[in-house]
Amino acid sequence: MTNDRQQRIRNFSIIAHIDHGKSTLADRILEKTKALTDREMKEQFLDGMDLERERGITIKLNSVQLEYGANDGENYIFHLIDTPGHVDFTYEVSRSLAACEGAILVVDAAQGIEAQTLANVYLALDNDLEIIPVINKVDLPSADVDRVKQEIEDVIGIDSDEAILASAKDGKGIEEIMERIVTDVPAPSGGLEDPTRGLIFDSLYDPYRGVIAYTCVKEGSIKIGDKIQMMQTGKEFEVNDMGVFTPNAVRKKELSVGDVGFLTASIKNVKDTRVGDTITLANRPAEEPLPGYRRLNPMVFCGLFPVSADDYNDLREALERLELNDSSLQYEPESSQALGFGFRCGFLGLLHMEIIQERIEREFNIQLITTAPSVIYEVELTGGETTEIENPAHMPDSQQINEVREPFVTASIMVPNEYVGPVMEICQKKRGEYSDMRYMDENRVNIVYDIPLSEIVYDFFDRLKSQTKGYASFDYELKGYKPSNLVKMDILLNGETIDALSFIVHRDFAYHRGKQIAEKLKDLIPRQQFEVPVQAAIGNSVIARSTIKAMRKNVLSKCYGGDVTRKRKLLEKQKEGKQRMKMVGKVEIPQEAFMSVLEMNDDD
Amino acid sequence: MEARAVYIHIPFCHEICHYCDFAKMYYDEETAEQYLSSLHKEIGMYVENGPLEVDTIYIGGGTPTSLTPPQLERLFETISYYFNTDLVKEWTIEANPGEFEEEHVQLMARYGVNRVSLGVQVLDDEYLQELNRIHSVDDVSRSVDLLKQYGLTNISMDFIYALPNQSIDHFRRTLEQALSYDLPHYSSYALQIEPKTVFYMRYQKGQLTKPPEEDEAAMFHTLVDLMEEHGLNHYEISNFSKPGYESQHNLTYWANVPYYAFGAGAHGYLNDERYVNLRPVNHYNDYIQQDTKPVVHREPTSLKEQIEEEMFLGLRRQSGVSDDEFQKRYGFSFFDLYKEEIDRLKQKGWLIHKNDRIALTRDGMLFGNDAFASFLIDDSTWNKKFSIDSPK
Repeated sequence: MTNDRQQRIRNFSIIAHIDHGKSTLADRILEKTKALTDREMKEQFLDGMDLERERGITIKLNSVQLEYGANDGENYIFHLIDTPGHVDFTYEVSRSLAACEGAILVVDAAQGIEAQTLANVYLALDNDLEIIPVINKVDLPSADVDRVKQEIEDVIGIDSDEAILASAKDGKGIEEIMERIVTDVPAPSGGLEDPTRGLIFDSLYDPYRGVIAYTCVKEGSIKIGDKIQMMQTGKEFEVNDMGVFTPNAVRKKELSVGDVGFLTASIKNVKDTRVGDTITLANRPAEEPLPGYRRLNPMVFCGLFPVSADDYNDLREALERLELNDSSLQYEPESSQALGFGFRCGFLGLLHMEIIQERIEREFNIQLITTAPSVIYEVELTGGETTEIENPAHMPDSQQINEVREPFVTASIMVPNEYVGPVMEICQKKRGEYSDMRYMDENRVNIVYDIPLSEIVYDFFDRLKSQTKGYASFDYELKGYKPSNLVKMDILLNGETIDALSFIVHRDFAYHRGKQIAEKLKDLIPRQQFEVPVQAAIGNSVIARSTIKAMRKNVLSKCYGGDVTRKRKLLEKQKEGKQRMKMVGKVEIPQEAFMSVLEMNDDD
Repeated sequence: MEARAVYIHIPFCHEICHYCDFAKMYYDEETAEQYLSSLHKEIGMYVENGPLEVDTIYIGGGTPTSLTPPQLERLFETISYYFNTDLVKEWTIEANPGEFEEEHVQLMARYGVNRVSLGVQVLDDEYLQELNRIHSVDDVSRSVDLLKQYGLTNISMDFIYALPNQSIDHFRRTLEQALSYDLPHYSSYALQIEPKTVFYMRYQKGQLTKPPEEDEAAMFHTLVDLMEEHGLNHYEISNFSKPGYESQHNLTYWANVPYYAFGAGAHGYLNDERYVNLRPVNHYNDYIQQDTKPVVHREPTSLKEQIEEEMFLGLRRQSGVSDDEFQKRYGFSFFDLYKEEIDRLKQKGWLIHKNDRIALTRDGMLFGNDAFASFLIDDSTWNKKFSIDSPK
């Protein structure tokens, strides 16, 4: 059963590659719906998002309710639901798409479809969304509308005659887009009288109000004062506030089927409002939660250690605080012989890891030593049992191991065809297994490889970008575990194994990598007061060595009246540099050294 | 504390050395004349009731002898006007071999200059060209003879080592030849490649390589060994002298006591404040013309900084730092602050503690920057020990 208001709701997202014009289009839609005056446009929109903005990269989703007076004379309620744009957050994207009935696919008229866009289109199709293709920037001199149309037909299988030609920058095509949202995107179909089911598609932690859950009501309704239940976690809360963003937060007493808004219920931890979970009413629960919930598991792990042991408690507090707002961050105490006490942390991906590290260093002012990122290995022991190893230092002795399995991803890389060679070369070097290659059009190729996750966690994307002059776009999804011939490589400095430098490597690459790393550490670790041998070893056999020469002289010979201030600055800098290093045994090791084990150098 | 040392900077040169980052410009007659007027006026801004009594005067550059004899005389007149030169114990002027005439020397002798520091750098004609020095080895001998002729026997020579492509033997030969002049004072510095120099640009482009650190250290040992064999005392990291010929002026810097500085780009230290004059000569002149002190930057030194500087400057000297003197100046023992660091450095063999003095060993000097950096005090340590200013 549906009502009249529900018939006039349209929930949609915009799918676009970075720089293809998503935010410009969103701005135009806001203008068209007269949500804001021109001047408010900037100020208020940003104000409203204050909580959601992460430094530099917006990783949080948000939704806006808009009113649109359509050509048919009716007033429609639009909910524009934003999606994050990075491969680490694919699951969040899929949940926000699940809140919609339609999606606007924005494709740059000059550049065509990119891998990331394609991945999101598939997510949208999985969620049965109605897709409205928009070819943007058609006014650019380099625009090639016919080619892009062809691509849309070939790759996505949508009739490209339906594509809207637009230029969001000067407003061209915007009205058509609005009308098509009205005509093409279906209204939400849930029943108002059915037991309530609301999809949580995002949540964030506010120090004053607790967790703010973003929800799309799929069936029934929720009112202030209702006792709600989270169907996956089973936790119950009483709703104390709710509303929608227009884009300013506007309080509502009720969110009913088709509405997209937020609610608060004195929830203390975002872990209680997991993305993808279903909100129902405690006194009249739905039978089944909404489909598609997945507990997000971290894919990339690394050790975070404070440079100064005194900061250990501060680091724990920092992680506790960050966890409040980030349900996918995992951590547990870890102790390293080399680095002392710290935490083993799990992240969704590399970007996620970098964001967390940067926030700890900047917001909490704790200097960190980060070990090289690793993945979870499955190790089948000779006794038959299987354990999971997320810290290379914990890898059992090879005699005890029957088989080691590592996670593989299916990686799709889209490039202009002149870069097929370099891309395949990188993939081969990263132990990739060729899977598929398909021409998107005359110029562009989609290359698919199965690659061990451990090989892409460090510099794969950077390398890809630099080898393709920035043209490659890249997406991956976890495929599963496969047996690999892997060994643990230990690094010894001054005869002592540095556990934080141990890493897992394929046996075929072990000798080469060992040699590279011994050389690299020789350059990265500054000269000490004594000679320091560097050794790379598998088990008891040393496979590569180098020597860090002893420091011989370090003094500014000249110091007269004009040099005192300069001299002081130099000494201060030297002291600070020392403080950033970690004393392991008798050797001072800079942060870069711990990351170096994953870098691969083609020139060697 | 009253300043008893005066530094005067002459920023003119006939040729710019490839490694030099001091305030300098090509000599130009008109600018030089104006500069001398400015200097006269600048000193007047500091010295109201002259002539003042000071212990040392040092005229550095640039190249002070790039001034013409009449200009040099003007400079000496200015100095004699503001300072009681009869009571000055040490009056040094820097000079480049072959770049001064007999008339210059006559003037020096007449006005009371009693020490000359010769910027020799290296005794190898080919190499001197590399550095863009305009003198030759022969010029050096002639200059020494000329100075001695006028009774100026307190001569020092400067040398640079660890030059691009320089071998240890090459440096040794330079030193042996230098020592054959049997002078009372020598200084020698490892080449420091500073920004805004020709060497720096070449270094950045990879066109210039420094000798390996091992060689540089070996050169330092060669230097100290040779000097000591010849009866010259290693009284500061880079300075050597026969007994009684230590540079009194430079010792004031390492004693962390105040000094005047005049001229473009000069650095002074007065009333616990370090100050720097404007570097461009025309700006310096402009300020003076508007009766404004040409100071571009002032940095008051806090008690903490004074103590740190007392230590890291004082430890440059072979005699090190005396705790008695330190206590007299600051009211507590430096062991209160540095006990741990001193013990650590002693254990490393970098520092010795004898009677009330601590001093660096030769190894300690070789790693002077590491040793000095340990005398910078952490804020937390400082606040713990001296929370006297805190409102609680």
